[in-house]
Amino acid sequence: MNGTSILLAQESQVIEGINPLLNFGIFGAFVLVTLIIVFRASRNTKTASDYYAAGRAFSGPQNGIAIAGDYLSAASFLGICGAIALNGYDGFLYSIGFLVAWLVSLLLVAELLRNTGKFTMGDVLAFRMRQRPVRAAAAISTLAVSFFYLLAQMAGGGALVNLLLGIQSGAGQNAVIAAVGVVMIIYVLFGGMKGTTWVQIIKAVLLIAGALAMTVWVLVLHGFNFSGLLAEAVAVEGGKGEALLAPGAQYGLSALTKLDFLSLAIALVLGTAGLPHVLMRFYTVPTAKEARRSVVWAIALIGIFYLFTLVLGYGAAALVGPEQISSAPGGANSAAPLLALALGGPLLLGFIAAVAFATILAVVAGLTITASASFAHDVYFNVIKKGKTDDKGSEVRVARITALVIGATAILGGILAKEQNVAFLVALAFAVAASANLPTILYSLFWKRFNTSGALWSIYGGLAVTITLIVFSPAVSGSETAMIPSVDFHWFPLANPGLVSIPLSFFLGWLGTVLSQERNAKKQAEMEVRSLTGAGAEKATAH
Amino acid sequence: MTDVEHHRTGGHPPDDEWEKVQASPDFVNLRRRLRVFVFPMTVFFIAWYLLYVLLAAYASDFMAIKLASNINIGLVFGLLQFVSTFVITGLYVNYANQRLDPVAEKIRAEIEGAAK
Repeated sequence: MNGTSILLAQESQVIEGINPLLNFGIFGAFVLVTLIIVFRASRNTKTASDYYAAGRAFSGPQNGIAIAGDYLSAASFLGICGAIALNGYDGFLYSIGFLVAWLVSLLLVAELLRNTGKFTMGDVLAFRMRQRPVRAAAAISTLAVSFFYLLAQMAGGGALVNLLLGIQSGAGQNAVIAAVGVVMIIYVLFGGMKGTTWVQIIKAVLLIAGALAMTVWVLVLHGFNFSGLLAEAVAVEGGKGEALLAPGAQYGLSALTKLDFLSLAIALVLGTAGLPHVLMRFYTVPTAKEARRSVVWAIALIGIFYLFTLVLGYGAAALVGPEQISSAPGGANSAAPLLALALGGPLLLGFIAAVAFATILAVVAGLTITASASFAHDVYFNVIKKGKTDDKGSEVRVARITALVIGATAILGGILAKEQNVAFLVALAFAVAASANLPTILYSLFWKRFNTSGALWSIYGGLAVTITLIVFSPAVSGSETAMIPSVDFHWFPLANPGLVSIPLSFFLGWLGTVLSQERNAKKQAEMEVRSLTGAGAEKATAH
Repeated sequence: MTDVEHHRTGGHPPDDEWEKVQASPDFVNLRRRLRVFVFPMTVFFIAWYLLYVLLAAYASDFMAIKLASNINIGLVFGLLQFVSTFVITGLYVNYANQRLDPVAEKIRAEIEGAAK
């Protein structure tokens, strides 16, 4: 999001009072504890169901906490706190879109998906279609979304190294990125979905506990008077004053920025339910009812967390001040770490810094296992091997090799993109999820007439339209904040394509369907009955 | 379009049976109960969210009106989005537990029982 764009504006200085050794130590302890847990979890990982779906043995609450750990990225913690500290209300707008989005998952997607699929998004999209073309399309879309998201996370991680560990040399930063990538690969290779889930659970607990402690601290300092905190944030010198309290400080500049904001808001709300790494989490529970409980827990935790960021953002504005935040390395992203320093000194800063790295680690692990599962299960097992193989272990072996390749790519991409402005990649991931994936999922689950041709049109059409609009948008060329500011080949005015690409993809899915004669009433009946009743759904494996 | 692969997980009725279940009164009732709740609710929360987003983008003066000291309409409206999300979640869980799960379990037991 926007947070990452500010995150990449590096300055060559270090936060005063930072203690790199302490921060490393706390982060190292987190890595050590999670590695022990991952290795313990890996002892029971044998079958494909163990590797991709943790044997479907997690409970709803456990999975809900892991979803929160998967979803609350460094951008949503550091980015939203910083956006609220500097731009006030407009930072809060993001968090509302990210939260409301979960209702789409709860009401329309989670349970029906759990009942019909096994491991990947492709399982559901291809259920009543011709397997090979639809699985290939689903895999391409999954890999695209995961790759965009992964690259954004790794590039953001590079910028955090200076902010949180005080490392300024390029080689030192690259070494930290590589180390983070290697740890992530170890989690995924050995721990599979079970190990990844435990990392996400631990990280979510630490992140939410840390945010809770800071929130209570800020509120205690202000006598639990939120209005008083707002008054203090408004009164701070060098800030935006009264404008902090109302929307518009960031998006209200022109008719175009307003339209761009509208486009982003729609993509956030419709994109979440189409993110492959979120969808895959629903396969780790034994039943649809547990999938429902997962979403309830996720909504509660994510909602509460975003309420914390509201207090933390205004708290940073009041207690640290916008001038100090803007001039610190990492800009807006330094708001939460600087607030931690102001409240609890180097020890709390070290804790928050370690949590921020743990966050990147948990999110990239979730993305990597999703992308590798999609390649191994959809492309290798179903497209190349046509769903038949004598060697039971080959699919998981392919998944592990894929995870290794994706991990290496992520490290390389993170190092190369470190100095680039790649903030648009997260917006792109959400826009592709909302355009290519969501229409196809909803049509598959609820529209009887939908067929192979429609699925291919909505996936490939949505993907092509979204990527084309982004490439020719001001996010890539022709503006000061673009990835390539020196040239200008943009003709699409919005940095967020959702407003155009989402309706167009729904239309393409409809058009592709009616242009084809294919109907398969039997398979549709099976999918509908199974999705609503859970008959024949994949069961948990007992260990 | 004959290359639809059938991935059965064992214990399933033959393909014709799915269509019979799909046409059965119990299943029609289950599908109606699900759709009658989730479709209107989805329309409602998306409209409610869009109203909020549109007001934030195009009526920031209205959102800046203060209700009590520094608490303005925008903040209350934003917090109401949290409240509505939590309330809709609660309503759905209640509805699903009472009105959907028993019917779904009955049909599932019939299907899986018949296949054994």
